[in-house]
Amino acid sequence: MSIEVWTWLLVGISFALYFGIAIWARAGSTKDFYVAGGGVSPLANGMATAADWMSAASFISMAGIISFSGYDGSVYLMGWTGGYVLLALLLAPYLRKFGKFTVPDFIGDRYYSNTARTVAIICALIVSFTYVAGQMRGVGIVFSQFLQVEINLGVIIGMIVVLIFAFLGGMKGITYTQVAQYCVLIFAFMVPAIFISIQMTGNPLPQIGMGGRVEDGTFLLEKLDNLHTQLGFNEYTSGTKSTWDVFAITLALMAGTSGLPHVIVRFFTVPKVRDARKSAGWALLLIAILYTTAPAVSVFARTNLIETVSETPYAEIPEWFKNWENTGLIAWTDKNNDGKIQYLKGEAVNEKPLFTEKRGAYGQRMVSNATTNENELYVDRDIMVLANPEIAQLPNWVIGLVAAGGLAAALSTAAGLLLVISTSISHDLLKKQLKPDITDKQELLAARISILIAVLIAGLFGIYPPGFVAAVVALAFGLAAASFFPAIVLGIFDKRMNKEGAIAGMTVGISLMLFYMVRFKTGLWGIMEPLPSSEWWFGISPEGFGTIAMFINIALSIIVSRFTAAPPDEVQDIVEKIRIPSGAGKATEH
Amino acid sequence: MDKNRNAKNYWKENKKYLLILLGIWFIISFGAGILFKDYLNNFHLGGFKLGFWFAQQGSIYIFVLLIFIYIRLMNKLDKKYGYSEDDTD
Repeated sequence: MSIEVWTWLLVGISFALYFGIAIWARAGSTKDFYVAGGGVSPLANGMATAADWMSAASFISMAGIISFSGYDGSVYLMGWTGGYVLLALLLAPYLRKFGKFTVPDFIGDRYYSNTARTVAIICALIVSFTYVAGQMRGVGIVFSQFLQVEINLGVIIGMIVVLIFAFLGGMKGITYTQVAQYCVLIFAFMVPAIFISIQMTGNPLPQIGMGGRVEDGTFLLEKLDNLHTQLGFNEYTSGTKSTWDVFAITLALMAGTSGLPHVIVRFFTVPKVRDARKSAGWALLLIAILYTTAPAVSVFARTNLIETVSETPYAEIPEWFKNWENTGLIAWTDKNNDGKIQYLKGEAVNEKPLFTEKRGAYGQRMVSNATTNENELYVDRDIMVLANPEIAQLPNWVIGLVAAGGLAAALSTAAGLLLVISTSISHDLLKKQLKPDITDKQELLAARISILIAVLIAGLFGIYPPGFVAAVVALAFGLAAASFFPAIVLGIFDKRMNKEGAIAGMTVGISLMLFYMVRFKTGLWGIMEPLPSSEWWFGISPEGFGTIAMFINIALSIIVSRFTAAPPDEVQDIVEKIRIPSGAGKATEH
Repeated sequence: MDKNRNAKNYWKENKKYLLILLGIWFIISFGAGILFKDYLNNFHLGGFKLGFWFAQQGSIYIFVLLIFIYIRLMNKLDKKYGYSEDDTD
C-alpha cells in the first residue's frame, strides 16, 4: 500500500477511537467538565498528563531542534523533564489538597483577593494562548503534509476535531481521549526510532544505540562529531551557547513547565493527595520514554541527513528530498554550479527561502534570497522527525504512523489548553467574579461557548501566524516561570506571604518578561525592531530571561510582604491545612 | 496542641526530604549536565562523553528515580504521623 493509503487508514482509525471515547465519557456536571469528576486513576491520569504535556513541539520539533543544535538542545530535554520534579515535589500534592478547580482559584483564595485572581487569570490566558497558537499551526502542518491539503484547510480540520471532543466531554472526555492519544503517540515515536537504531547500530534500544558503534567500528557520536568538524560545523557534542545562558534557559523551562496551568489542573483530577504524587511519577516516567529517545533520534537523523545529501549530485537525490522541496521546507541553490549539494556551516538563505516560479538546470526550485556563503542547503528543522522514516527508507506504514502520532500530540495538547482557557473565562471570571449566581447548567454552557470562541481565535492564529507566534511559543514558559510559579510556591511554603507581595511579584515578573521579549525577540509591529543579541542583559537570551524575572518576582514578593500586613488567620489556616494530606484536614477544622 | 506539634514535625521532615531530593536534582542537571559538563566530557560512558550523557540521558533517568523515591518517602512519612489516606477513607 502507498504512504497516502496507510496515512488515511491509521489517522482514520485513531480518530474513530478518540471520538468513540469522547462520546462514551460525556460530561454531565461542571465537576465532570472541569476536573473529570475528580475520580481518575493515577496511571490513567499520568498518561493523560503525559499526552497533555507532550505537544506538537515535543513530538515534531524537539528532535529536529536537537538535531541541528547538538548539545545546546539539552536545555529542552532537561528543562521539560526536570520541571516535573519541581511539580511533583513542590506543587502537585498541595494543590490537590487545596482541592479547587483552577490555578486562579488557588491564587484568588490563597491571596484572599479578586485582584490577585484577575492577575492570575490574565497570566493564564496569555500563557495558554501563546502556547495553543503554536499547536494549531502544528496540526495544520501535519494535516497538510500527509493528507496533501493546503495548510489552512489543515488548520480548519484540526479546529473542528478539537472542538468536537472538547465540547462533548470536557475534562472527562479529554482525559480519557488523552490516554488513547498517549498510546498512539508513543508507539508512533518509538517504532521508527527502534527501526533506525537497529539499522545504524544493531541495538534495538535507541537510548543505548545512540552511544553504540556503527558498522565500521567507530562510535556513532564520534563519527557525527567528525562529520561536523569536516563540514565546518561545531562539534555535535559541544554547544555554542554560553554556560550561563544554558543554565538560565534550563531553569526557566523547568519553572515554566511546573507553572503551566494546563499541566497543573491535571492534578486536580485524581481522588487523593497520594494519588497526585503517584500520578506525577507516572507522568514523568511515561514522558521520559519519549524524552530519552528523542536525542537518539536526533543523532540518527543528523548522521543520515549528512551522509545522504553531502556532496551528492542533485540528479541522484532520493525522492523524499524533492517532496519536501516541493512543500518549501527544503531548498537547494547550486552556488558553485557543480550540480552537487554542498551542506556546510552558515545560512544558505536569508531566514526562510523565497521561491521563484522557475526551475533550475536540474529541476530544482529556484530561490531568490540565497546568501553568498558556500552552504547550498536549507533544511527546516521541523521536518526531521516527519522525514526521518523516509530518509532511513522504512516501510510505508511507519510513515503513516508518524502522521497519526504527530496529530495525537498536537490535538491532545490543544484540547487541554483550550479547556484551561474556557475554564478561566467561565469559572474564574464569570462564576467567581461577574455573575456569582449562575446555575451549574449555565456555567457549563458558558464554558462551552468560551471553548468555541477560544478555538476560533486559536485557529486564526494558526491560519494567519503573525510572524511572532513561532518565536513566542518557547517564551510561554518564560512567562509562566515569571508569573505563576513563584506565587504558587510561596503561597505554599511561605505562610507570611500576603496579597500585596504576590500581586506585586506577579505583575512585575510578567511585565518584565513581556518587555524583554518585545525588546529582544519579537519587536513591536513595525514600530520597533528587536535588538541584537549583543545587547542582551548579562548575556541572557530572551528564552532564559524567565529565570531572571522569576528571581525578581520572588525577591519583590518577599520584600513587599514583609512591609505589609500579614495574611488573615483563616488564610494561614488554609496554608497549614494544605501542607498535610487529607486525614489531618478534618482534624484541624475543629 | 498535640495535633499541632504533630503537623509541625511532619512539615519539618517533609521539608528535609525536599531539600535533599532537590539538592540531588540540582547537582545532576545543573551541575553534571551544565556547569561541570566540560570537565566530565574527559570521561566516557561507552560511546558517550560523560557530561553530554548526563545532559541528554542521565539527568532524565535520575529525575524519574527522584520522584519515585519521593513517593515512597512520603507514603512512609504519612503513615508515621497518622496521615495515611488509606486509614481515613
